[in-house]
Amino acid sequence: MTPIKHRTQTMMRSLTLALCLASVGGAAMAQGGFGGRYPDQGGEAVYKAICQGCHMPDGKGAVGAGMYPPLAGDAKLGAKTYPAFVVIRGQKAMPEFGTGLEDAQVADVVNYIRTHFGNGFTDTVTAEEVKSMRPARAPTGTVRAPG
Amino acid sequence: MIGTLAGSAAMYEAMSSLAYAAEAGYSGPPNLTGNVKGASVLILGSGLAGMVSAHELRKAGYKVLILEYQDRPGGRNWSLYGGDTYTELGGFKQNVQFDKGHYLNPGRWRIPYHHQGILHYCKMLGVQLEPFIQSNYNAYIHSTKAFGGKPQRFRHIQTDFQGHVAELLSKSTRQAALDQAVTKEDQEILLQALRNWGALDANYEYTAGEASSNKRGFDFDPGGGLTAMETPSTPIGLKELLGSGLWRAVGAGSGYETQQSLFQPVGGMGMIGKAFGATLKEVIKYSAKVIDIKQDEKGVTITYQDTKKGGAPMVATADWCICTIPVSILSQIPITVSAPMKAAINNLSYSSSVKVGLQFKRRFWEEDENIYGGITYTDQPNSTIAYPNFNYFSSGKGVLLGAYAFGPGAVRYASMSPEERITKTLEYGSKIHPQYMKEYENGASVAWHRVPWTLGCAGAWTEELRARHYNNLCALDGRIMLAGEHASRIPAWQEGAVLSALDAIRRLHQRVTQA
Repeated sequence: MTPIKHRTQTMMRSLTLALCLASVGGAAMAQGGFGGRYPDQGGEAVYKAICQGCHMPDGKGAVGAGMYPPLAGDAKLGAKTYPAFVVIRGQKAMPEFGTGLEDAQVADVVNYIRTHFGNGFTDTVTAEEVKSMRPARAPTGTVRAPG
Repeated sequence: MIGTLAGSAAMYEAMSSLAYAAEAGYSGPPNLTGNVKGASVLILGSGLAGMVSAHELRKAGYKVLILEYQDRPGGRNWSLYGGDTYTELGGFKQNVQFDKGHYLNPGRWRIPYHHQGILHYCKMLGVQLEPFIQSNYNAYIHSTKAFGGKPQRFRHIQTDFQGHVAELLSKSTRQAALDQAVTKEDQEILLQALRNWGALDANYEYTAGEASSNKRGFDFDPGGGLTAMETPSTPIGLKELLGSGLWRAVGAGSGYETQQSLFQPVGGMGMIGKAFGATLKEVIKYSAKVIDIKQDEKGVTITYQDTKKGGAPMVATADWCICTIPVSILSQIPITVSAPMKAAINNLSYSSSVKVGLQFKRRFWEEDENIYGGITYTDQPNSTIAYPNFNYFSSGKGVLLGAYAFGPGAVRYASMSPEERITKTLEYGSKIHPQYMKEYENGASVAWHRVPWTLGCAGAWTEELRARHYNNLCALDGRIMLAGEHASRIPAWQEGAVLSALDAIRRLHQRVTQA
């Protein structure tokens, strides 16, 4: 009876996914809901809409039980592709923003961060360069609605 | 799509009964018998996973100590009351001004009937539960882009969606389009069912009249005496309904985790953590910030700082460690675990979520709009308006949940100051309830990415990530085991934290007693 059991599991799994989507239900009404895109255009607007939630309006980060690293005076920002890579793919607790942001939005915000908060880098990253850094396959999957 | 919808429900029922026997959910309190040989366990974090672990292990004879970063038990099981102060990362401080008896559940706010683990501990702790209303047919579904921005009653959208679908399907049935799939006898039954389910008239059509109004409500309700005559309401046309997008919210109360019955603790979700903490107060050390986690063949050594008293770091040792620190934070703490577990810790990001509570001078949603508890859905970034599920018909004030945002909406909310969040939430809510501006008194918000002790709402697992890291995250790694919602397949729900802890201590106990 193995094939039947296998089929049952597969059905259960696809059903679970359907239910997850269903339970998101109303949440999916929201702009973007889970997943979805950010409307903000220009480096400053993207920073103020997204980044400052954790890295703070002054770019100095914050410390609690863990910490958000400061972007102000961060030597790692010297390599222009590094921050772009982190924005696209995420790093540790930081979620990826590659699926929610266009190439130009990523480039704009990276260039903004590298020229503000005491950072004075003169080279810039382009949307084309951002595009080339994206993973071959965008991350997929549903995150369940929280309780 | 129609077939999928109808079929899923039926299939789901069948699957539930099939799956029941194999369900790996809550199976009663753990039976930790056997000689624990005086073993000691350090538990990091006094959220539900930590406290369940401490409670059960202590009962089995282990020596336990919990180290907790905050000065209260419960973790994300938490309620904010008037008089509380809450300072989020960045130093933004809020003095919560809700009147006595009102609260905001910043995190978890509902317990499905099948989350038997957390329900067991509620019962054990004497935490009183009351119904949580998920589906309110008289609440609204709202889109700024449909019906001129006018909110629609949930019962109108749901009934009309079902009605049109039933009419279409009955048409297909009668036009013999389903002859291959459904026998002649069953077609008769199906037609009856569709008429019943979809409120169709005698001609299997979804029209204005008694049948549809008995579900969607009347324009003028039936009354008594000489004012008794009702006026049927007029369904929304199929094209307009589909184009509105409002059907997206119809399934909101039909998911396994959102079906009635759901419960909430009387007085706020945080009552569970408070009660649990009281039973464990002699074994919880508060204001302890863990800064290093080491293990060797002899035991575990945890270094922590007292955030209140300051001073030199302190050290606690034990034979074993159950670490419930969210991996958003754990990924920043030096820890001696295997490379696969470290990779799991480093690869799970945390989802974004924001809640805003608003206190109003009067319960206008009840007084003006006959909405008693439940949820309104909107396509605006606040996503949700939820009405208090208690104190109905009281003439005083009420705190409603003005926003429960997810995804990009939540990220953008988190980037605002607490004041801006309130301003925005009032702006969004006013489009649904024009009474907002006149009746508003005060509010409070929690953006989970600015919560100092979680840096996010919950582990943002996808199946793709789980395939690579989940088993490694949950493994007993030497003397260390992780627990919490992130170490479960029910992330962001309290049941996940409880079941994760029970699984962790069962495996730990097995190791200890078999050694």
